[in-house]
Amino acid sequence: MLKVNSINCGIVIDHITAGKGIKIFEKLKLSEVDFPVVLLMNVTSSKFGKKDIIKIENKIDLDLTMLGLIDPNITVNIIENDEIVNKMSIEIPKAVQGMFKCKNPRCISNFDEYVSPSFELAHVNGKIKYRCSYCEELTSYTI
Amino acid sequence: MNLKGKHLIDPNDFSLEELDQVFELADRMVDNRNAYGHVCEGRILGTLFYEPSTRTRLSFESAMLRLGGKVLGFADANTSSAAKGESIADTVRVLDAYADIIVMRHPKEGAPKLASEYSRIPVINGGDGGHQHPTQTLTDLLTIRRLKGRLEKLTVALCGDLKFGRTVHSLVSTLARYNSNRFVFISPSELRFPEHLKEALKEKHDIEVYETESLEEVINDVDILYMTRIQRERFFNEADYMRLKDSYILTRSKLADAKPDMLVMHPLPRVNEISYDVDQDKRAAYFKQAELGIYVRMALMALQLGVDVNVEGK
Repeated sequence: MLKVNSINCGIVIDHITAGKGIKIFEKLKLSEVDFPVVLLMNVTSSKFGKKDIIKIENKIDLDLTMLGLIDPNITVNIIENDEIVNKMSIEIPKAVQGMFKCKNPRCISNFDEYVSPSFELAHVNGKIKYRCSYCEELTSYTI
Repeated sequence: MNLKGKHLIDPNDFSLEELDQVFELADRMVDNRNAYGHVCEGRILGTLFYEPSTRTRLSFESAMLRLGGKVLGFADANTSSAAKGESIADTVRVLDAYADIIVMRHPKEGAPKLASEYSRIPVINGGDGGHQHPTQTLTDLLTIRRLKGRLEKLTVALCGDLKFGRTVHSLVSTLARYNSNRFVFISPSELRFPEHLKEALKEKHDIEVYETESLEEVINDVDILYMTRIQRERFFNEADYMRLKDSYILTRSKLADAKPDMLVMHPLPRVNEISYDVDQDKRAAYFKQAELGIYVRMALMALQLGVDVNVEGK
């Protein structure tokens, strides 16, 4: 089995749904950094069967809203001196600003540069959708 | 409970108590209009109409003039700085030095909300695309309150263009906040009430609605029949408009077995969806509705401006 060393100081993004790791890797622009990073795909997981993991040998600012939009199952571990000092479960964000566009072609947020599209979480027939703060139209996010 | 300085973008911006405050003052103004003829002296209403409007604009202008205030603004985006590409935020930030309160109509949904985020003075949504038209809703509620004596336990049928009809969207979302109201939606399948608003009714108020394409099926069972125009300006395709424009025409004969105290309402302008012979029926409330629109806008602006409205007996 593939062996990857643990990190001494940095961030481990764990429990990523298999296949979504590369999307997070791209969104965090980890291919552009000059410190060690690892993307592990299809790792065996007792909980999910398979999962992806990202290890980052550095402290970087993580956009937890963006992570929650891509995959609310994620756990973020902050590592210092070989120990986990903070463990955060990511949730589906209740409010989102500027991450995606409103699907309504008549919405002002698609026309005026002063508007940053903002949304509130709405559950519709068990599906996760976001209600536009400007026009109230429901949008399914795609990141 | 103080409406001074408050925006009105969505009717749900006001609590039911605040709505009552507007209606109570409007009632007093109906009874004694002249007493309020000076309460807004020295105040200016700025009218930003990026989309054509006769009724709403004139109603607002008349309301402010009847309160003793003055009016400035534009009625056509082509003659304003918007034609030069100025953003709404900039227009509003400049106008709030020229006026004390703003009413805005805009074809893009959410534009008045954007204006309110940049304005230091109260902004009133005078209609934004197919989204909301809160002062029409205040007008409708005042009409129902005065003519039916209540805003709850009503079966309300809405007929016509329920997809793009902003007056319908605003009215339904507001009446849903009062107890035990039921809704019947009558429309061709292409112009059905938007799914996302139906979901909001279910989510926020646990209200299920009844939908039908037949006016005749439900007309005898409702307390209010709210007719709307099929709006040519909301169609991208003229052929679709021509096919749907005559979907519902209310005639006096269709009212034969309707409840004797039912109200027939319409935000106006009408085209042919209510025959002229209905005008003579005592259930026709649409001209009364238009008249009450002036008073509700007078009351609204006076409260938002925070002027002294305790004029009776002075």
